[in-house]
Amino acid sequence: MKKDIILCGVGGQGILSIATVIGEAATIAGINLKQAEVHGMSQRGGDVQSNLRLSTEQIYSDLIPQGGADLVISMEPMESLRYLPYLSKNGTIVTSSKPFINIPNYPDEEALQTELDSLPSVVKLDIESVAKDAGNVRGANMVLLGMAAPFLEIITVDQLRQAIAAIFARKGEAVVEANLKAFDMGAGRVKS
Amino acid sequence: MKKQLLLGDEAIALGAINAGLSGVYAYPGTPSTEITEFIQNNPEAKARGIHSRWCTNEKTAMEAALGMSYAGKRALVCMKHVGMNVCADAFVNSAITGVNGGLVVLAADDPSMHSSQNEQDSRFYGKFAMVPVFEPSNQQEAYDMMATAFDFSEAIKEPVVMRVVTRLAHSRAAVAVSEAKNENPLNICTERWVLLPGIARKRYVDLIDKQPTMEQASEDSIYNKVEKGGSQKLGIIACGIAYNYVKEAIGDQANILKVSQYPLPANKVKQLAKENDAILVVEDGQPVVEEQVAGILGAGYPIKGRLTGDLPRTGELNPDNVAQALGKEAGPVFADAKNLAGRPPQLCQGCGHRDVYAALNQVLAEYPDYRVFGDIGCYTLGALPPFKALASCVDMGASITMAKGAADAGLFPSVAIIGDSTFTHSGMTGLLDAVNDKSNITVVISDNLTTGMTGGQDSAGTNKFEAICKGLGVEPEHIRVVVPLPKNMPEITQILKEEIEYNGVSVIIPRRECIQTAARHAREARKAKEEQK
Repeated sequence: MKKDIILCGVGGQGILSIATVIGEAATIAGINLKQAEVHGMSQRGGDVQSNLRLSTEQIYSDLIPQGGADLVISMEPMESLRYLPYLSKNGTIVTSSKPFINIPNYPDEEALQTELDSLPSVVKLDIESVAKDAGNVRGANMVLLGMAAPFLEIITVDQLRQAIAAIFARKGEAVVEANLKAFDMGAGRVKS
Repeated sequence: MKKQLLLGDEAIALGAINAGLSGVYAYPGTPSTEITEFIQNNPEAKARGIHSRWCTNEKTAMEAALGMSYAGKRALVCMKHVGMNVCADAFVNSAITGVNGGLVVLAADDPSMHSSQNEQDSRFYGKFAMVPVFEPSNQQEAYDMMATAFDFSEAIKEPVVMRVVTRLAHSRAAVAVSEAKNENPLNICTERWVLLPGIARKRYVDLIDKQPTMEQASEDSIYNKVEKGGSQKLGIIACGIAYNYVKEAIGDQANILKVSQYPLPANKVKQLAKENDAILVVEDGQPVVEEQVAGILGAGYPIKGRLTGDLPRTGELNPDNVAQALGKEAGPVFADAKNLAGRPPQLCQGCGHRDVYAALNQVLAEYPDYRVFGDIGCYTLGALPPFKALASCVDMGASITMAKGAADAGLFPSVAIIGDSTFTHSGMTGLLDAVNDKSNITVVISDNLTTGMTGGQDSAGTNKFEAICKGLGVEPEHIRVVVPLPKNMPEITQILKEEIEYNGVSVIIPRRECIQTAARHAREARKAKEEQK
């Protein structure tokens, strides 16, 4: 079994934290993992992405081939569309529905939402307002991870929760609890 | 053996620590930065007192590492590919002096130029200096090869290059980690490495005499392995990370020569050619091996690769272009989205460089024919909208010297903008040239107290810039310090005007901490305060 995932968003939105949590969960699950990220220039408010590959078999390439991603997990709706050629025809997009506009030529929002809705399998949610409801405005990325959890399959919700606890442990119990709450609220909003 | 989830860079760092490293010498540069950062933060490295402080540039790093090697200890030099250009003089000559303690030169190449200005291939440098090159295909090999590379360096008494690419440097996987070896004791070299012509000629012959040993090591290397399984008569030479894309595309159904140690194992290449009707060379970067294979096999043998267009001539390899070169049909994919716009990187909101560019653009708009020569760092983004301020960005330090040359030719105003870390890396010598010529240039050293672009590493010149400029001979009244904030705009623009109008070298230092490192420092201070309670 394998899951190929593209994590994406805008620099500074916390996609690498999502990657770190999934990576830890994969280690807990005892499966193989490769995770390619781009650092440096692309961090400064530009588009960022990470290729995350999970498998029970040996993984060779650090990069996912076109049409190979089972999941696109995106912190931003337009960014979720950037990797469309990489999404499998049977794949799912899990994305924030709220645009992050820091460019002058951002596409028409209605057209963007219509294009997203036209795809076979899309789950979207205003993750920022859910995070706010959870009392954790910085936890939008964990809400998104919660939304994606039912689609990950190769790792369980319980393993993801353990991973969140392990990754945020050094920041204290309160931070762990806040992130778990955000994760649970995301997971609660989505049924696969 | 325990397994750890490590970036390629981290695997290299831990491999070096466990191979008995005594010092890492480096200047930050994507995608190599995390190697030195890992060593700086590693408890074992701290306990052993492994040298890991950042160097001023790649040349000082290479020379310090050679000095450590002279004293018998193992040293690692790390840099991005273009750093090899900066340290090339020391590097090439280190092959002539030879080494004492093991010396590994790590070059992180950036095919596709994710964060770079070219895609030069560091394997050329290995061939140029006539030293071995290791090119791991995955994180485990990156870890394991570090010990091999140090041992081999000491065995042949030559520096050894390890070359990685962005996709390995910045990709994470589980790595089985071995026990740490002891460091070498102090063992000062008894030879003299004095490259006077008479001695250098003899040393060069020694280096050439070592080539058969290096070639034989490549033939015997466990990293240069042969796989047979293809029904087609196509031999595939897969170098470093390219091996992964080949395996991804065709699994075990291929005749592969995996190459991860150079010089190229010519006998293995000949054998592969004999057993097949054609050869496909798959390598990330430039067609280094493809050209050499043509030389080994001679005219007439069909060789495919980047030069023949079977693989793209530029840009990094990926599973798709490699699969295509192997004749694999692509499956159905979604077309590109319609509602999509580019999202280029930009300067952070609140960054001091923004205020510097706002002021520069305002003042320079009054002149018909000004140019601003840029340099390498976050502030290169001033070339993009909304500022569009830069006429050039070429290499570390070129802002000052290009402004000088253009001023020599008659350009006015001729302005250079350079960051604090880039200035100490390669800007100081150019400033001395300008002072000695009394060139009519205005130099802006945009000082954010850090090496910002690569994530906020220490900057070699912090707190020393006024003294450095004064020491180089810039007149003290033309060294002006400002704080780049919107509220200070009248003062900054006034000073800029005065110094542009001054006929000679002036230096303006807008100084305000990078907002990213400032936020990090505030968090650390809060945490320290809480722990005190």
